[in-house]
Amino acid sequence: MTARQLSKIAKRVGFWALIVLIMVYAVFPFYYAVITSFKPSSELFRVELWPSTWHLGNYAQVLTQSSFLRAIFNSIVVAVSVVFIALLLGITASYALGRVRFRGRSTVLLVILGVSMFPQVAVLSGLFEVIRTLNLYNNPAGLILSYTIFTVPFTVWVLTTFMKQLPMELEEAAIMDGATPWITITKVFLPLMWPAMATTGLLAFIAAWNEFLFALTFTLTDTQRTVPVAIALLSGGSAYELPWGPIMAASVVVTVPLVVLVIIFQRRIVSGLTAGAVKG
Amino acid sequence: MASVTLEKINKVFGRDHIIDDVDLEIGDGEFVVFVGPSGCGKSTLLRLIAGLESITDGDLRIDDTVVNDLPPRERGVGMVFQSYALYPHMTVYDNMAFGLKLAKQSDETINDRVMSTARILQLEELLHRKPKALSGGQRQRVAMGRAMAREPRILLFDEPLSNLDASLRVQMRNEIARLHNRLGSTMIYVTHDQVEAMTLADKIVVLNGGHVEQVGSPQALYQRPATKFVAGFIGSPTMNFMPAQLLAKDDHGCRVLAAGVGELALPQDASAQPQSAGLSIGVRPEHLRLAEPSGDNRFEIVNVEYLGNEVYVYLDPKEGDTLLIHRSEAPSQWEEGQHVALVPDTQHVHLFDDRGAALDLPAQRQAA
Repeated sequence: MTARQLSKIAKRVGFWALIVLIMVYAVFPFYYAVITSFKPSSELFRVELWPSTWHLGNYAQVLTQSSFLRAIFNSIVVAVSVVFIALLLGITASYALGRVRFRGRSTVLLVILGVSMFPQVAVLSGLFEVIRTLNLYNNPAGLILSYTIFTVPFTVWVLTTFMKQLPMELEEAAIMDGATPWITITKVFLPLMWPAMATTGLLAFIAAWNEFLFALTFTLTDTQRTVPVAIALLSGGSAYELPWGPIMAASVVVTVPLVVLVIIFQRRIVSGLTAGAVKG
Repeated sequence: MASVTLEKINKVFGRDHIIDDVDLEIGDGEFVVFVGPSGCGKSTLLRLIAGLESITDGDLRIDDTVVNDLPPRERGVGMVFQSYALYPHMTVYDNMAFGLKLAKQSDETINDRVMSTARILQLEELLHRKPKALSGGQRQRVAMGRAMAREPRILLFDEPLSNLDASLRVQMRNEIARLHNRLGSTMIYVTHDQVEAMTLADKIVVLNGGHVEQVGSPQALYQRPATKFVAGFIGSPTMNFMPAQLLAKDDHGCRVLAAGVGELALPQDASAQPQSAGLSIGVRPEHLRLAEPSGDNRFEIVNVEYLGNEVYVYLDPKEGDTLLIHRSEAPSQWEEGQHVALVPDTQHVHLFDDRGAALDLPAQRQAA
């Protein structure tokens, strides 16, 4: 073997070693969460990479708790509503911001972006007052309202970028065909914007699904909680025990739908993200 | 089918006066071509007629109805775009049916109209394809079909052939001409290509800097350009221009001294021009003869282009940097580096004043 061949092999080995390192770094915490969820509480603190026994007790315990099931239901309602509202507002706003020439358009865009830059804590107290005034405290509708505040700016930005890239003549062709702006949006633009819609919709869904601070602050009772709060408030046998097993089981249960969604939409996401990034 | 009347049409974008007092009559069934260099306002004028831009000032009438404030769908116009702008997610059939569906036509009517349009444009085989599965020429035909399916009174074309390659362009040009003969509808066509304008138009409108330079038949524009701009724009290769000085004028014409060429007796009426005015003469390449040099009339041949059926001879102009062009049938006796005299055919020399307006021939004055 020549030196060149050797160095080639060495480079390849180094490359794959690096990939493995990154994979371990990224995936190991989740892997450990998953195997922990299959351990009985007595074995929780024995460090092993592959559990000797597969124990389903944690899942049984979590899934038989009616408050947890209720929390999953609440999360679904909240996340789906947030996605729906964000996309509806996003697509109509992006038509106006991307297509209609009006004074102060870029100011509006900057304000929208600025709003989404505030940390949640900054608006927490103000938002609390709003929700109290609207009588939405301890009500999933209050969560939908507050999540929408943060997802709409993001949605509007991505969709506006995408909308600007659609050729002007396409819209003019629709106008010549007698289409109103609403028809143009729904019949001509929407079918072309699916990748962007899937991307932003999924990101909005994930944001709403995982949100913790607002959910903790704006809800009070078990029946109104969403999953992240419900998991955090899972209690063990005594005040001195943190029920790691059930917590991990619950985490796995609520993460699986997200992973499935991402896998279903992954192609769309990629094409959506690059479509938004390459030109324009 | 309809006539279109433009009366003192103006369009202002911010501070830019894009269209300046345009008056125009377009008759029922006419094929009118707007032509001009880029930025002359020809596309804007078309979009004003389509209703895609608002008219700043003036009246636009279609069949005696002022349509300034009507949306495009109520004007009865169809438009073919430069980039075709087909709906990428719809089949050819749906592309053509879209406007009809929006107009709430019955399924039967929609089907009839789409099928008959498809037959005219030979799109029947392609009705179930999506635009991405079509060639450039096919997309072009679908774009025309979409504009035609609603049976508009006026068809507008915005540089429809500029995205096609040269041979296809000639073919589609023919198809559009035949389509006009067959449908007999009013068509307005925008192009920057004067060959397209000459071959398609019943009437050419030459635009420059937002105003109309001249309106007329292709023949009239070629033979009697009203301005130096039109003279230079229409015709390929372009007309030769040379500075000239007015020597004498009388009822039968005038005598001018053309730079480098010598004295010419021309039939044009120069009575309105001051004595020894600075004019310019224009001679088409085919109206310029070459001869053995004599005296000051001595030009150097810098290049000879052989095109098969004809030959272009390029000459050093002595003044300015635009080469003079002589055109003759092949074969040619002339070679690069030779010196020759220029002999313009005085019956076909155009004479322009210092502002670029053509001087009339006596016959034209009598006719008017």
